[in-house]
Amino acid sequence: MNAPVDYLLHLADNALILGQRNAEWCGHGPILEEDIALSNNSLDLIGQARMLYQHAAEQIGNGATEDTLAYFRDVPDFRNYTLCELPHMPLMAATSKGDRDFAMTIVRNFLYSSLMVLVWDQLQNSKDTQLAAIAAKSLKEVRYHLRHSRDWLLRLGDGTDASHAKAQAALDQLLPYCQEFWTTSPQEAAALANGTGIDMATLQADWNQIVDEALQEATLKRPAAGGFVPTGKQGLHSEHLGFVLAEMQSLARQHPGATW
Amino acid sequence: MTTPSITANAVEQPLDRHASLAMTEMAQRAWALLEHLSDPEIPVVSLRELGILRDVREGALGLEVVITPTYSGCPAMGQIEDDVKAALATEGLQATVVTQLAPAWTTDWMTEAAKDKLRAYGIAPPHACASAPAGSANVVQFAARSAKAEVVHCPQCGSANTTETSHFGSTACKALYRCLDCMEPFDYFKPY
Repeated sequence: MNAPVDYLLHLADNALILGQRNAEWCGHGPILEEDIALSNNSLDLIGQARMLYQHAAEQIGNGATEDTLAYFRDVPDFRNYTLCELPHMPLMAATSKGDRDFAMTIVRNFLYSSLMVLVWDQLQNSKDTQLAAIAAKSLKEVRYHLRHSRDWLLRLGDGTDASHAKAQAALDQLLPYCQEFWTTSPQEAAALANGTGIDMATLQADWNQIVDEALQEATLKRPAAGGFVPTGKQGLHSEHLGFVLAEMQSLARQHPGATW
Repeated sequence: MTTPSITANAVEQPLDRHASLAMTEMAQRAWALLEHLSDPEIPVVSLRELGILRDVREGALGLEVVITPTYSGCPAMGQIEDDVKAALATEGLQATVVTQLAPAWTTDWMTEAAKDKLRAYGIAPPHACASAPAGSANVVQFAARSAKAEVVHCPQCGSANTTETSHFGSTACKALYRCLDCMEPFDYFKPY
């Protein structure tokens, strides 16, 4: 039994796009250890994406490979959460210039990792045995991604006035994007129906517990939920994804088949 | 990513009534050739000791070498696959390298001999990791910082008086530590 291709792409795209975003810190980390930590985190995420793309490519056939899926699809084909594609800086137009905000990076990694420990844990029971195997590996990695981002969330939230304010601002901006976790996309419904996926709604209580406990410890306030529900996993993205893809895909498109 | 193929050499092996015997011998030769291959990042331990080299077997297409990735994004995997093929090629063997994900690699597979070698090389070997079974309730607890700090002994002087400098180190599998007695920094191979 194989998971629906779009479902695999949803999981893969989340990992790839967030991995690409976090890799923007490579060479620019606030301290050397964080530079290495975020690069390690990206390496894991991109590795997870590769395994998922390879699995999807086998089902797609027609010459599809992990590379064609990563480099030769366009914005509407990507199925990642909008959360994963946002820049590391406070709300702005995509073409604006700004400084990366480490609090944004940490809060996003915390919110995403808190979800993925639950998702990968459940997907270990997927009827798609390859997906279950990928889940078992990914779970090991997302556990320490969560530990890393949670530790920093506490340090920033329960730190100085400036770090607290930045962490709170990042949370206020990013938490609404998590509403997308709980809606059901067509690919998620299809995966749930054939026993390869999971019912995301059943994870919400545990996710809330992980998030609320950490926020309390970090002396941060959870903003009220609004009505906004992002639609990235259905291919309707923010203006930011195109810029991520432009940078990530330019080399493969200008020099198809390039190796080194 | 792999190219299933069988070499002229392999085809020339007697494949009729002695096929399975020949294959066993071939597999044994392959094991012997692969025995000395080491991890590109940690040259003192072999792939077999690390648990990366899982099996050498007779498959539908001939010799199959089964490897399992350590970390999902470990950049050494491509190198390891190349090393396996190159080592076999020295005696004219060619194999399909099969990457198998399940069961997921864990540092618990590392042999005691390998741990001693790591220590002698200056890397503190990993502690046993208690991996929780699927769907267990304690998945939520991974979030909490309740996890007790593990004591990592300095590979230089043996002291337990050490501190973690960074959970992320020179490779995905290692954390950076410092000994507070001999003051030497060292790598700790993280339980995975």
